[in-house]
Amino acid sequence: MRRHERTDMNAIKLILRNALRHRLRTALTVTGLLVAVLAYGLLQTVVGAWYAGAASSSNARLVMRNAVSLAFTLPISYENRIRGVEGVSRVAHSNWFGGIYQEPKNFFPQFAVSDNYLSLYPEFILPEEQRAAYMRDRKGALIGRQLADQYGFKVGDALPLRGTIYPGTWEFVVRGIFDAGDETRVTRLMLFHWDYLNETLVRSAPNRANQVGVYVIGVENPDNTAVVSLAADGVFSNSLAETLTETEQAFQLGFVAMSNQIIAAIRIVSYVVILIIMAVMANTMAMSARERTSEYATLKALGFGPGFVALLIFGESLAICVIGGGLGLLATPPAAAVFKTVSGGIFPVFVVSGETALLQAACALAVGVLAAIVPALRASRVRVVDGLRAIA
Amino acid sequence: MIPLNYIARNLWTRRLTTALTAGGLALVVFVFATVLMLDAGLKRTLVTTGEFDNAVVIRKGSETEIQSNITRQQANIIEMNAAVALDAGGLPRAAKETVVLISLVRNGSDKPSNVIIRGTSPAGLSLRPQVKMIEGRMFRPGSAEIIVGSSVARGYAGTRIGERLRFAQRDWTIVGTFDAQASGFDSEVWGNADQLMQSFRRVTYSAVVVKLADSALFERFRAELGADPRLANEAKREQTFYSDQSKALSTFISILGLTLTSIFSVGATIGAMITMYGSVSNRVAEIGTLRALGFRSASVLNAFLLEALLLGLAGGVAGLVLASVMQVVSFSTTNFQTFADLSFRFLMTPEIIVKTLLFSLLMGMLGGFLPAVRAARLNIVDSLRAA
Repeated sequence: MRRHERTDMNAIKLILRNALRHRLRTALTVTGLLVAVLAYGLLQTVVGAWYAGAASSSNARLVMRNAVSLAFTLPISYENRIRGVEGVSRVAHSNWFGGIYQEPKNFFPQFAVSDNYLSLYPEFILPEEQRAAYMRDRKGALIGRQLADQYGFKVGDALPLRGTIYPGTWEFVVRGIFDAGDETRVTRLMLFHWDYLNETLVRSAPNRANQVGVYVIGVENPDNTAVVSLAADGVFSNSLAETLTETEQAFQLGFVAMSNQIIAAIRIVSYVVILIIMAVMANTMAMSARERTSEYATLKALGFGPGFVALLIFGESLAICVIGGGLGLLATPPAAAVFKTVSGGIFPVFVVSGETALLQAACALAVGVLAAIVPALRASRVRVVDGLRAIA
Repeated sequence: MIPLNYIARNLWTRRLTTALTAGGLALVVFVFATVLMLDAGLKRTLVTTGEFDNAVVIRKGSETEIQSNITRQQANIIEMNAAVALDAGGLPRAAKETVVLISLVRNGSDKPSNVIIRGTSPAGLSLRPQVKMIEGRMFRPGSAEIIVGSSVARGYAGTRIGERLRFAQRDWTIVGTFDAQASGFDSEVWGNADQLMQSFRRVTYSAVVVKLADSALFERFRAELGADPRLANEAKREQTFYSDQSKALSTFISILGLTLTSIFSVGATIGAMITMYGSVSNRVAEIGTLRALGFRSASVLNAFLLEALLLGLAGGVAGLVLASVMQVVSFSTTNFQTFADLSFRFLMTPEIIVKTLLFSLLMGMLGGFLPAVRAARLNIVDSLRAA
C-alpha cells in the first residue's frame, strides 16, 4: 500500500518534470490552448447573445401580427375586438419606427407604443415621477438603461430621429430611463407615444394612419396561451387583415431563425478552433513521446508496464491542457467585457454563461485525452530493444 | 545553398508531425478563405442584381424599396423625364413596381422567413435582361399568377410549379421558375403589379425603375428629380442601390470573419513554431555537420525558413482545396437592411486564392522565424558534440 503511494507520487513528479523539460514548447502549447479555449468561449457567448432577446421574452405574453408578414400592419379597430376574446387580460400595441439617429450605423430599435404598454412589461422598472413626466409630454420618449449608457443620454436630452419608414425628422425628448431586473434582459431600446406618430400621420399620410404594427396581448392564465391565440386569430380569419398570434418567445425566435445559417456557421467555427488546437496539442505530445522513446524503453526494461508509460503521456497531456484551459477559462469573462465595449452595442447582453464555462472545460479535457491517444499507444507498444536503440 | 530536396525530405521524415501542423494551418486557412468567399459571393450577388444603366427611384429618406412609397402621380412624372429611354412603340422604358414581404416557410424548418414579392410589368422584365425563365411560363397580367426565383424554388416548401401560395386573401398559382444568374432576384417572387397592389390594398408603388437613354444622363436625371417640387424622391443607379444594401451584412461578415481568423491564426502559428523548434532541436548534430562542411549560418537560416514556408504552403493548399468545395453550398440569411431573405454562394476568385496563399505563407514564416534564427546561431563545436 505504502509502496503504491510512493509510485503514484513519483509518477506525478515525473509527469510534471517531463512537462517542464521543454519549457518553450510547453509555454507555446499552453498559450495555444489559452487562445483556443478563450475563442471558443467568446464564440459560444456570441451565439448566446443572439438568443438573448428570445431568452428574456415571456411565454405568458402573445404577439399578434399581420399573417402576410411584419411589413403589413393591422387596423387599430382590432384592439377592442381582441379585448373581447376570452382569457385576454390586457392589450397594448406598438409600431416599429425604424428611425436613424445621426447616421445609419447607430442602429437601435424604436417602438411607438400605446400608453398602457409598460403595464404588460412589469420587468421594466421606471421611477414614478419619470413615468408621469413621460405621460405629460406628447414628444416624450423612454429609453432603456443599456441604450442610455451607450450614447450617454440623460433625462431631458433632445433625441431627433430621421424616419425611414415614416418620412421626416422626428423630435423626441428623453423623459425617462428604465432598468431591467437582471442583466440578461435587453434594454437597448426606445419607446415613445403611438399617439404622437398617429396624429402626425393623420395629417401627412392619412392612408397610413390608424395602423398598428403588432398587438401585445396579456393572458389571464399563462397555461392558456395556445387556446387564446387560436381564438384571437379565429376572430379575424377571412377579414382584410388576417392575423397570426404566437407567444412573444416564439415571435422573437422567428427573428433569430432568420439568421440561423450565420449562427450555425459560428457554431461550427467554434469547434474548428478546438480541432486546430487539438492538432497542435497532438503534435506536441507526438514530438515529446518520439524524443523520449529510449527513456520509455528504459522504464520498461526496469519493469514498468506499458500502462505506466501510457499513463505518463496521458498525464503530461492532461497537465498541459488543465493549465492552458484553466487560464483560458479565467481570461474569458474579462475578454467578454472588452468585446462587449468594442463591438459597440450590437450585443447589449453579453454574459458568459455557466454552461459555456463547463463546455470550455470539457473541450480542454477532451483535447488533452484525444491528443495523447496515438503517442501513448505508440510508446506503450514499443519493444524494449528497438526503443533502446532509437535515437530521437 | 542547402538543396531544397534536403528541406522537403525533413518534412517527409516526420510525417505525423508535419500532417498535424499542416492540418492546423489548413483549418485556419479554410476559415479565412470561406469568409472571403462569402463576402465575395454576397457582393457579386448584389452587384449583378443591378444594371448600370438603370436607375431606381424611391422616396427620399427611405433606404430600401420596402420602406419606400411613390404615388401614381409621382410615378407618372418620373417616367416622363426626358432622360428615360423609349421603346420601339415610343413608350418610356420604366417599371412602376410594388415590393412587399411575405412569410414563407423554409424547407426543413418550421419558422417563417421573409421573402420579397415584387409586383412588376412586362417593361420591368425588359429592364432586367439577366432574368430568364427556366421552367414553366411567365405570369399573365390580370391573373393571380406568380413566378418564383430559382433560390426560392430550391429553398422553400410549396413553391413548385402548379402549387398555390395563399396570401392577401387570394390563392396565387405558381406558373414558372426564373433564373436571374445568381443575382438578388433569385431570392424573390414576381407577379403582376396591379394584381398585387389591389390584393394588398396598396395605393402607392414602392419604386420606379427606368432605363436611361444614355448612361451619362444619370446626373441630370437625378438633379431634375431632386429639384421638382412635386416629387419627394431620390434616384440611384440600380447597381449602387443594390450594393448599398449589402453594406451592413458585408461589414458584419468581414468583421466577424477577420476577428475569427486572426484569433485562430495565433493558434496555428504557435503550432508551426512548436514543429519548427522540434525540427531544429532534433537536428542539432546535423546542423553542426552542415556548418562544419562549410555552409554559412545564413544558409541554415534560409533552409529552416524555407522548411517553414513549405509547411505553410502545404497547409494553405490543403485549406484552399477544402474551401473550394464550399462553392457548391449556397448560403442564405436575412439581409439586415431589407429584412428579406437573400441567398448567395461562396465564390472563389483569383484574388482570394492569392490572399489565402500569402496568408498561409505568412503564418509559416512567423512560426518558422524564431526557430530558424536559433538554428543559425548554433555553435558548431557544441552542436557537433550534441550527438
